[in-house]
Amino acid sequence: MTADIRTRRSPLDGWAERLAELAPAVEVAERPFRTHVTLRLRDAGRAAAVSAVLGVELPRTPCTFTRGDGPHGPVEVAWLGPDEYLVLAEPGLQRTLESALRQAIGDASGAVIDVSAQRTTLTLSGPKARDLLAHGCAIDLHPSVSPSGTCVQALLAQSGIVLLVRDADAGEFTVLVRASFAIYLATWLLDAGVEYREYREVPV
Amino acid sequence: MQLIPCPWCGPREEVEFHYGGQAHVSYPADPAALSDEEWARFVFFRDNPRGPFAERWSHTAGCRRWFNAVRDTRSYELHAVYRLDEERPVTT
Repeated sequence: MTADIRTRRSPLDGWAERLAELAPAVEVAERPFRTHVTLRLRDAGRAAAVSAVLGVELPRTPCTFTRGDGPHGPVEVAWLGPDEYLVLAEPGLQRTLESALRQAIGDASGAVIDVSAQRTTLTLSGPKARDLLAHGCAIDLHPSVSPSGTCVQALLAQSGIVLLVRDADAGEFTVLVRASFAIYLATWLLDAGVEYREYREVPV
Repeated sequence: MQLIPCPWCGPREEVEFHYGGQAHVSYPADPAALSDEEWARFVFFRDNPRGPFAERWSHTAGCRRWFNAVRDTRSYELHAVYRLDEERPVTT
């Protein structure tokens, strides 16, 4: 079943303007409706077939993600567990990816589930993005500990997130947060980022 | 806060984990043959040692995988963590 794209609303619909108040110290933006597909695969022998379909190697090291361009455009594959991966792609590719991955798995033990509605995607960048995340996340995000390509599942202000370090040196991050926690997290980000906002005269 | 080393994700804060009780409690081989008392012993009775104790933990906020840990109940020190398919390591 596909949602009606004329009327559907992303979890942070209407928040762009408020989140933009944190710029230029932290640029926060929601990237709505991205394709998220959970892939369960025990059989390492099928990893090559899956990689060929996606155009990206599956991450072998825990807490990392891989990215690349394939037949389905830019794709990221995040490690979520020893036999569990999250495939992230452009919006609208749910059915295409699902059937392509199912074919690649074949009769091996595994599962492909469209979980696009479960989480929404937030991108954070800017000189203070790392500091802002550090206000609520216990993961050490220094480039020496969490280099580019790190993917951790952790707590950010008590809400579970998947955090992808896109560029450690430039401080570019992607946060995947559950749809029902998105407004809470956006509110928290705005509050935690007060000190990084530019001073503005309040109109009387 | 205490850090618990998840076998997959490395050291993480204690709040990310969930406690799962004593490890290595195996399901009875022939459940139908058990008396009520033996069932009660399997379901309700657990060791409560003062010292190293093998426990199950789940990394609920992270990789969501169960694993075992040997924890000293006196000091909270974790002597070892190991996956479910691994034998309990020898700790001193």
